[in-house]
Order: sequence, then C-alpha cells, then structure tokens
Amino acid sequence: MSTHITFNPDEMLQIVAPDGSCHESLDPDLDATALRRLYRGMLLTRTVDIRGMILQRQGRIGFYVPSTGEEASQVGSAFALGPSDWIVAAYREPGAAYLRGLSVESFFHQTAGSGKDLLKGRQMPSHFGAKSANFVPASSPVGTQIPIATGVAWAAKIRKDPMVTLVYFGDGSTSQGDFHTGLNFAGVYRVPIVFFCKNNQWAISCPFAKQTASGCVAVKALSYGFEGVRVDGNDILAVYVATKRAVDNARAGEGPTLIESFTYRVGPHSTSDDPRRYRDDAEVARWREKDPILRYRNYLERKGLWSAEDQESLQAELDQEVDDAIESALASPPPDMETLFTDVYEIPTWNLREQLEQAMQKVGQ
Amino acid sequence: MREMFYSHAIREAIAEEMERDPNVFLLGEDVAEYGGAFKVTQGLVGQFGKGRIRNTPICENSFVGVAVGAAMLGMRPVVDIMFQDFITLAMDQIVNHASKIHYMYGGQLSVPIVIRTPAGGGRCYGPTHSQSLEAWFMHVPGLKVAAPATAHDAKGMLKAAIRDNNPVVFVESKLLYGQKGLVPEEDYVVPLGQARVVREGEHLTLIAYSRMVGEAERAATALDREGISCEVIDLRTLAPLDLQSIADSVVKTGRAVVVEEGCLTGGVGAEVSAQIVENCFDYLNAPVQRVAALDVAVPCADALERAALPDAGKVMATVRQLMQKYG
Ligand SMILES: Cc1ncc(C[n+]2csc(CCOP(=O)(O)OP(=O)(O)O)c2C)c(N)n1
Ligand SMILES: [Mg+2]
Repeated sequence: MSTHITFNPDEMLQIVAPDGSCHESLDPDLDATALRRLYRGMLLTRTVDIRGMILQRQGRIGFYVPSTGEEASQVGSAFALGPSDWIVAAYREPGAAYLRGLSVESFFHQTAGSGKDLLKGRQMPSHFGAKSANFVPASSPVGTQIPIATGVAWAAKIRKDPMVTLVYFGDGSTSQGDFHTGLNFAGVYRVPIVFFCKNNQWAISCPFAKQTASGCVAVKALSYGFEGVRVDGNDILAVYVATKRAVDNARAGEGPTLIESFTYRVGPHSTSDDPRRYRDDAEVARWREKDPILRYRNYLERKGLWSAEDQESLQAELDQEVDDAIESALASPPPDMETLFTDVYEIPTWNLREQLEQAMQKVGQ
Repeated sequence: MREMFYSHAIREAIAEEMERDPNVFLLGEDVAEYGGAFKVTQGLVGQFGKGRIRNTPICENSFVGVAVGAAMLGMRPVVDIMFQDFITLAMDQIVNHASKIHYMYGGQLSVPIVIRTPAGGGRCYGPTHSQSLEAWFMHVPGLKVAAPATAHDAKGMLKAAIRDNNPVVFVESKLLYGQKGLVPEEDYVVPLGQARVVREGEHLTLIAYSRMVGEAERAATALDREGISCEVIDLRTLAPLDLQSIADSVVKTGRAVVVEEGCLTGGVGAEVSAQIVENCFDYLNAPVQRVAALDVAVPCADALERAALPDAGKVMATVRQLMQKYG
C-alpha cells in the first residue's frame, strides 16, 4: 500500500483493518499515552453527540450538528498539528476542538448561547472555537473558509512564522468556487496549508456522485499543482499519518496538500434533517459496521492497551464531564443586552450607541 | 501644501502607511509592475518589492478571502479591486466574513482590511465598468465605507482607513484620479465619520460625496448668481454617516438635496433623506430631494451615459424647481 496519491476509489491509505489488525510497516508507533488520548478524543466526541441529539429533541437546545462516524477524521487530523498551528473549521469537527483543549463545557455554552459563550451568543450552535486554541470557528456558508484559511497560512509564510494551517470542509463544499479559488491561490504561492476534506459522501441530501464527476476529491489537487491523498477516514492512524506527512511537508516549505478523508455521515445532517427521506437504511447500516471507534478499540485491545474495565471507567468519566458541561451551560443566564452592540465595530458608532440606548429603555419598561 | 493628483495622493498614502507599519501590504490584480488599472500603485513595487506589493491570481473572491485570513493573523492588507463592479465576485467574503468575524467570534479576531474600489462612470466603459455600488455596503453592519472627493481627503482618509481596525470599503472615483488638489507636506489623517462643509449657504443644503461633490459645488456657484445660496456638505464617509453635520446644516437652511452617482432607488440618498426626515422634520421647509443616476445600467454610448448619470445641470434643475415651489 502506498501513501502516495492514488485515484482508484477503492485504493486509499489504511493502516488498521476493520478487525483491528495493523499494517505493521505503516504503524506510526505512537506511545501508549498518545494512543489513549486519541481514543478518548473519539469517545468524547461520540458521547457529546448522543447527548446533543437528545437535548435538542427534548427542546433544551435549539440545534445540533452530529458527527457520528466521522470521529477518526476529526481527531486523527487534529492530532497531527502542534499547538501553535491553526485550524480553520467547518461545523462538523468538534472532536478536533476538544483535542486542542477546548472544553465540552465551552461547547455547550456556545450551543446554548449562554452568557459564558466565548462567541457571546452570536454564532449558530455547533459553530464554536476560540482564538486561544488557534481554532477559528465555522462561519457556515460552506467552503468560504477555504480562501480565508489560505490567507492565514499565506500570512504566516510572509511573516516567516513556522505555523501550519489546516482547514476542514466537506465533500459538498468542493463544488463551491471558493474551493477552487482557495486551492489555486495556495498552489501558486506554495502556502503552508493542509486542505482537509471530510468526504462523508453526503451534502445534506446530495450524494457525492451528484456533487462531482471526478470520482474522488483527491484527484482535484492535480490541477492545482500539489499532492492529493486519499485516506480511509474511519482509520484514525491512517488519518494521522497522512495529515502528519502533509503538515511536515507544509512546514518544510513544500506547499499545500489536499487530503480526502473517506468516511460516512452516519447521523442526520443536523437536528433539522431526516435522512430516511433520501437515503437507504441499508447503506447506513453497512457504515455503522465500519465504526471508527470500534475499529480503533480493537487495535488497542490487540496491543494490550485497552480492556473492558478501561472502557467502563472512561465512559463513566466522559458521561460525568458531559453531564457537568450541560448542567453548567443550561443553568447560565444569557449574555447581557449591552453585549448586543459590542464588537460590531471596534468602537461603537453613534447609531449603535443610539440603538443601545433605545434597546435598554425597552428592557427597562 | 503641494498640488497633487488624487491618484498620487492615494499612492502616497499607501507608501507612507507601508513605511510606518510592516504589516501593511498591497494585493490585487496587476498591482505590481503594471501599476494597477489606473496606475495608482505605479512605482510601489520598486520601493517595497514584490514581497509587499503582491500580484494575485484573477479572482476577487480568493484575494479578498485571503486578505481576511491574513488580517486575522495580524496583517493589514490593502486590497485593490480593479473596478468596483467586480466587487460582486467578492461579496460573500465581504458581507459574511470581513464584516462579521469580529462580532460573530465574540471580538476574538479582527479584520483590519481596506478594500479599494475605483467606482463611477463618465468614461464610456458601459454597464459593468461604471457602477457606483457603495450603497450596498452601508447596509452591512461592521463595514465602514469611505468615499473621498479631493486629493487631500483621499490621502488622509486612506491613511485613516489603513489604521482602522475595522474593514473599510474605500470608494475611489475613476474620474477624480486625474484631478489635482492641495495636499499638506506633513503627515496627517482625516478621521473616518466626519463630514466637511465645503461651502456655506443659506437657502438649501446640497449633500454629496466623491465625484458628486464637485458637481454640487459647480451647481452652487451657478445658483449663487441666481440668488440661491447653497451650502455644500461633503459626506466623506458613508458609514458611519456624520448625521450631526448634516442635521446642523439642514436645521439652518431648511431644505436638502442629496446628490449621488449611484442609482436612485435604494441608494445613499434614500438613507440620508430618511435620516433628515426623522431627525429634522420640524425644520424642513421643503421635501428632501434626491439627484442620482437613473435606474438603468450605465450605458456605453456617450450621450446615453450622460443622460443616465447626475451632473451639475441636473442638480441645478432640481434646486430651481424646489425653490420655485417651496422657496
Ligand atoms: C453557501 C452555502 N450554501 C448552502 C448552505 C446550506 N448547507 C449547509 S451544510 C450543506 C451541505 C454541505 O455538505 P458538505 O460540504 O459535504 O459538508 P457536510 O455537511 O457533509 O459535513 C448545505 C448545502 C450553506 N451553509 N452555505
Ligand atoms: Mg459531506
């Protein structure tokens, strides 16, 4: 198996097979702490997902974006970055954010629009992030983050800052002009960036085959003059290895890489979606069997690094963490009315000061 | 003071700000050796090198988006959109990102970019190279919109825009590039958000910006001979509007005509008149009038273009009518 560009859709980098057996020569040989950290990151993401969906159904939060089935793509890729590297996110990568130290509590404060939300109750739920973690939250118009991320990476190169930027986007987003413009610019200026496409095969109800006739995403890199890589997105070690190589290349001045992480959106697009209307349950069931968390657990067990007791105690710990986070977020009062007007401009303009006064009068009445 | 072309004043502003702050850099199509479509940036590449005067691939959305990203990392990009008409291709990056990132992300990131846009007609360039689209950007919270009318203001306001931590759409007039004005020797800025009384008058206030300030002045001079005394206000900045200066003048004269080069419907004049009516109604002796481009695409044929765009003659006709009825 080659780690190089392959455009046969059946051929992509895989290190851990579904049964947990490992392609020894490709194993990155991470130490036990790192291996466990990856597992924790995935299981945390799944745990939040299950609770997030329930909370929305209960009407306790307004909206949630699940990423079930895509945990390996998120966590494995983020793990390949250093703390001063930047991530520019789409909206389905909470696992990458947790791995960079953003707490589940801050996630739920954002989702609930509480007064402790770092984004001050302004951005859509599930679009969180923080400057402190060099994690730029999603803006939401899909694909538009790609040229912005190219700009972040380009500025780093201009400033001779060794940081690398990784940008996430979905398969559907590759149809946007911004995909082309962002990759084209990055290719021309050999910008230190990793374009990470989570090909979960669906863009709401639009299947991948109706998104592009290219057959795969990775091939598109050819036209921008840099390498494209296809990786089994349900194999966290493969995702990590492919991303690490791309990050190292970028840092060494070798320019961008496009990574296509081939995975599957097991859940609905969001809590506003019922996928049974447009896709076959059998297809979903087939992919449920390829669960990235189970596969990796098999790998850890084979290595003697994981046991049923480990599983039980970690799950209990994560349940507690998520419970506490939800409780804190739902108990917090909303942001102050005054904050409605701050940050529109660095210094509020007269019309905003006037509107603030009027708004406060209404609140007072 | 020196006499200087409006275009040279802009170039000098860029050069001075680039010398002052290493984070300032210029990007856009053909801005380096070629010097930009209107030669505004000519010579800068010799002074600062290709590392800071950066030609980009032909893609407004990518280089505005890239500038947004670079700004988030602490750079201060000055983006050159060859013709304001092409800003449509960068609309998402301006409206959904540049303007909102500071707010949407809780003040954690800033986007200090300046988007320079040569606007307006009068050159027989036709419908897609002659527009004045600035009114759109007044409608977007988070953006500032600057539109200088003189070489002095072009330099001072561009320097202010580059130092501003908010995104600024900077409207330049293609026809003003070749006009000269007095520019101080020493370093100065013209703060954004402050209008200017160009000439004082008693009977009526003409409110204009960019190239239309000159047309309003010409109209005022001619009307003066007919016994109609016009005050002329140059808005200079469209967002935030300097309502105080507008109101001070309208309260004094009791009449207002807003002049703009963009289309009439939904234009700058619509907002300015609404503000005047809301805030100065008790002082008005006449309905607020607007002189603007016709609601058509700007035609290429000279005679048609002149018919479509406002000028001093049309301002005079409107003022005369107004004074006849409400004088
Ligand atoms: C510019 C734009 N058009 C449409 C939408 C509505 N929309 C939200 S997500 C989505 C699908 C995106 O699919 P993909 O890029 O594959 O990402 P995924 O949701 O599968 O992670 C669409 C059409 C949007 N957010 N932005
Ligand atoms: Mg998708």
